[in-house]
Amino acid sequence: MTLFLEQLLNGVQFGVMLFLLAAGLTLIFGIMGVINLAHGSIYMIGAYAGTWVATETGSFWLGIPAALTAAAVAGVAIEFLVVRRLYQRDHLDQVLATFGLILIFNQTVTILFGRQPLFVSMPALLDGSVELLPGLFYPIYRLAIIVVGLLVAVGLYLLINKTRIGMLVRAGSTNREMVRALGVDIRLLYTLVFGLGALLAGLAGFMAGPILAVQVGMGEQILITTFVVVVIGGVGSIRGAFFASLVLGIVDTGLRAYLPGLLRQVMVGSEADALGAGISSMGIYLLMAIVLLIRPKGLFIRNS
Amino acid sequence: MSQPILNVRGLVKRFGGLLATDHVDITVNPGEIHALIGPNGAGKTTLISQLMGELKPNEGTVEIDGRSVDGLPTAKRVGLGLARTFQITCLLPDYTVRDNVAIAVQIRQGHSFRFWSAVRREKALAEEATHFLATVGLEGRADDLVANLSHGEQKQLELAVALATKPRLLLLDEPMAGLGHVESQQMIEILRELKSQVAMLLVEHDMEAVFALADRVSVLVYGRVIATGSVDEIRDNPEVRTAYLGEGDELC
Amino acid sequence: METSLKRPVLLASVVIALIALPLVADATGYTALTSLATRVLIYGIAAASLNFVLGYGGMVSFGHAAFFGIGGYVVGILYQHYTLGEPLLGFIPGTNQMLITLPAAIVISGLMAALIGALSLRTGGVQFIMITLAFAQMLFFLFVSLKTYGGDDGLIIRRANELPGLNMRDKQTVYYVCLAVAVLFFFMLWRLVNSRFGNVIVGLRQSERRIAAIGLPAYRYKLMAFVISGMGCGLAGALMANFLRFASPDMLHWTKSGELMVMVILGGVGTLFGPLIGAAVFIVLETLLASWTENWQLGLGLILLFVVLYTQGGVQALGARLFGRRA
Repeated sequence: MTLFLEQLLNGVQFGVMLFLLAAGLTLIFGIMGVINLAHGSIYMIGAYAGTWVATETGSFWLGIPAALTAAAVAGVAIEFLVVRRLYQRDHLDQVLATFGLILIFNQTVTILFGRQPLFVSMPALLDGSVELLPGLFYPIYRLAIIVVGLLVAVGLYLLINKTRIGMLVRAGSTNREMVRALGVDIRLLYTLVFGLGALLAGLAGFMAGPILAVQVGMGEQILITTFVVVVIGGVGSIRGAFFASLVLGIVDTGLRAYLPGLLRQVMVGSEADALGAGISSMGIYLLMAIVLLIRPKGLFIRNS
Repeated sequence: MSQPILNVRGLVKRFGGLLATDHVDITVNPGEIHALIGPNGAGKTTLISQLMGELKPNEGTVEIDGRSVDGLPTAKRVGLGLARTFQITCLLPDYTVRDNVAIAVQIRQGHSFRFWSAVRREKALAEEATHFLATVGLEGRADDLVANLSHGEQKQLELAVALATKPRLLLLDEPMAGLGHVESQQMIEILRELKSQVAMLLVEHDMEAVFALADRVSVLVYGRVIATGSVDEIRDNPEVRTAYLGEGDELC
Repeated sequence: METSLKRPVLLASVVIALIALPLVADATGYTALTSLATRVLIYGIAAASLNFVLGYGGMVSFGHAAFFGIGGYVVGILYQHYTLGEPLLGFIPGTNQMLITLPAAIVISGLMAALIGALSLRTGGVQFIMITLAFAQMLFFLFVSLKTYGGDDGLIIRRANELPGLNMRDKQTVYYVCLAVAVLFFFMLWRLVNSRFGNVIVGLRQSERRIAAIGLPAYRYKLMAFVISGMGCGLAGALMANFLRFASPDMLHWTKSGELMVMVILGGVGTLFGPLIGAAVFIVLETLLASWTENWQLGLGLILLFVVLYTQGGVQALGARLFGRRA
């Protein structure tokens, strides 16, 4: 039971990480109609910038502003220099241009930091475990990620439902023309949304540092998973992104934790492990296939 | 009286809280031009989209020749003899004028899973396309790209494409919109000549055209049909006057 | 209408040049040129297949490496069962005969394309891009986890498939086989594009709404196009496995899908031979940049960005504009 709860928490932790990326992506798709592959690169930039500053200064906490600043600057720069020219283009151009950005960012980071992964140690405050329930010890750092992710979710909820910017964002994700008709400076709104998405991606990247290796290519791996989140949740829906993130996080973690064990009861250990790992990595995609069969537009978009 | 070619009963379409189509009943008889007028935003285009099966109504039923087509996809309805034109022209911009019509002929014939022989060498297709272009007076522009046509010519092409599906009922979504006076007169003539071959549901703002062509007129306001009758009846109907014709000045 | 005469002449000269290429390569000592040209032909087939849905049909698939990889693995897996002498799934005997492996690769990748296409085409636009990418990634993980077939490391094919009467251990022979397949492939693609089927596919790209309004049930036609396109990529993958004598998950990696798209846009979207030209440009560029700096991807990224932002229609259109004539 405690093992199950621990895996559940791991799933939630992975889920909120996915959400931090998916929230930005789904807004950018929904509002600007742009597919941005470089979103994963921003995640990577946040991770590298934060980790580097944390290592150089010896303070994990200084890494946070560094990661956020680098990610936001990169995001706004991408929007200003490249993506802004792509709003009126078709999806193919958007995919290819941002694919080009991925190549550029990956190679630049390789030149600057080399191919060896970077590691950052956890701050003393968040190191160690805490006993949540009798017998259930859970790493404080992972708990902190969950808390930060949920705080961001609440913050986004308030921002989108209670503020004027949020109202425009909501209107923009359902009806782009309407926002234009309202006479809003659409460029500023776009840059803001893009910057916000970048900020969240950078935050996710830095927080992933102590758990995963900070390395080139980390962005694309999680980006594709995030795509699955966005498809399942429905393009443009923050609520959809939130629930889909948590579900995917839990399903993915659960499969990885339990499937090899289940398979080992019917086949040889090493084969079971390999097959189990394979099926677990395919699990979220199969889930996506099922959702597509039932609700092609995603779970949180009403089919008209 | 013969069976109506189109019979719509109790059609309802909601967008969120908005009733875009409010229990609409409407019929079109063979050989008839039934005009549908109404102020902007009355739900005319929404109605056409529902008749074509591009948009799903929430309630109600649509019959073509007494046969219910509810739930049928657009392609099936076209097969049953329904065709539409678009208010904002919707053509294939990279194709020539003739190609635009020929592809409609090809699809009507139903042989599009042919992978080998060259479609543009099929004389019969090209000839039939030219025939429909002649009907609307565009045969001289057959080899031009759609992008090079004037607005009026594009409207005519819209009609030729719809005719190429050999419809029994044409749904015309503002065929006169944006046309100059001469072009409008031309379009009215074309439609008048077609009347013997195909029934029409004519959505139109141009009252001159409506009064010149229509056998019956229905008035749609806020998604509801508030009156149906002959041209004269509609002209004299006080409710229509206040609801619609009174605003005529700002509309045109 | 001088172009009507120019084109066949140009085509004939290109084919003759391609036939002569290995001889020239040998005579001048640049033997690597033949290998380079073989890769160009194979990627040209794959990119042109992708271009059929992407350029002609307007369906932006970001997962075509999946079919490329499946084609490769069909060759690899059949070869492994042939050498081990045990049938696949207990009843399908392995083989090293190209006359069997190529059609098998085409059929299997077509079936996978039918499955993936049937799901992905339920949506469009941005979702379609993400879904095709995701399904390709799923197959990538599948092959990584198949330890029986090499897993991460891939599958070594000791000898290229046999063709009766030919010595397939000779690189030149492999080149000529690829050339023959490519000529046949592009001829069939040309017929396809100009057929009734091609007509509706190109129409669907221009306006799906219009095509639906004249009575075409779009879904099944788009699916058919997707399947044909997947089959072409499977064919290319099978040739690649024969050429490299190796099939690995890398063939299905998402960057491979990206590279195929890059080839398409470099050469010119929605043109018959554009993807072949794009493949040539890409591979030559890759080879040159890689010999010059190990950070060649940086250069590639910058070039790609430039091409997308500042040229409309790829190298063909750029050349046409530079030389002041229409493409």
